[in-house]
Amino acid sequence: MSHDPLVIAEREFSSRLILGSGGFANHELLRDACAAARAELCTVALRRIGTGGDRSDPLARSILDVLRDAGVEVLPNTAGCFTARDAVRTAHLAREAFATDWIKLEVIGDDRTLLPDAVELVAAAETLVGDGFRVLPYTTDDPTLARRLEDLGCVAVMPLGSPIGSGMGICNPYNISLIVEHAGVPVVLDAGVGTASDAALAMELGCDAVLCASAISRAHDPAAMAAAIRAGVDGGRLARAAGRIPRRRYAEASTPMAGLPTL
Amino acid sequence: MTRVCVNGEARTLGAGATVADVVRSLDLAPDARGIAVALDGEVVPRGEWAATTVADGARVEVLGAIGGGR
Repeated sequence: MSHDPLVIAEREFSSRLILGSGGFANHELLRDACAAARAELCTVALRRIGTGGDRSDPLARSILDVLRDAGVEVLPNTAGCFTARDAVRTAHLAREAFATDWIKLEVIGDDRTLLPDAVELVAAAETLVGDGFRVLPYTTDDPTLARRLEDLGCVAVMPLGSPIGSGMGICNPYNISLIVEHAGVPVVLDAGVGTASDAALAMELGCDAVLCASAISRAHDPAAMAAAIRAGVDGGRLARAAGRIPRRRYAEASTPMAGLPTL
Repeated sequence: MTRVCVNGEARTLGAGATVADVVRSLDLAPDARGIAVALDGEVVPRGEWAATTVADGARVEVLGAIGGGR
């Protein structure tokens, strides 16, 4: 497994942990997390600048510099969009701002659960694929929806494990395994990871990568958690390839009964 | 005089003001990385900022990168 790249849209990445930049208290924590995660891709969002809105955000002005210095590529997202129309416009603005046609597509249904709006998501994905974008959609853990997104031309699918920032891990491992089973594009477990074991489970289920921010940025020691989650991703990947034993209801002795003495 | 709404705030610019003028009015260099502009909801490519005038009553959004995602 020395050369085992993640390939998305014909681009190779050696890291299977994608970082989200949300929630870091300052630049240094983000920089250290990038290094500890050995991340090569990191999401960023677009917001108004220069009129006060951004000045409460200490990352506002130079997050691009932090990521560039860390050797991490920017993956723009459409966070905060509730309609296909807004997501499409945001994607076009992101392409202009960051000179990339990769877009992490998020179209949210409500602000309490932040769950994807499937109808708007499909509409936005279809438009953006037609506009020449490399679309990586944040989706529910619905295998049918994931397949529809792939059929539309998305370059990856990014099902949630559980709601964004909830740290509940993977609520429906069965659905994630079904998505993996049928996917012809990389599956990136997106949202819900709370700790290293969640990331390991995602990879054991056959996901190609994990995207994670809150579990790292809001941890007591973000860099240490980044390293832990990276180890979880790597361990889960190795375990998936190694082929786990089937679950059984009862024990199966590993020591032969033959030759057991009568005492 | 041109009255426009920039990132949700009313601003008054000189007659014939362009998108580039709006960007400069926010203390941003026109060549700053990671900035995108929407004029009445439509993206204005950076190469067209200097030549695109903003009409009276226009809505301009000037956007940049922030930490976001998960």
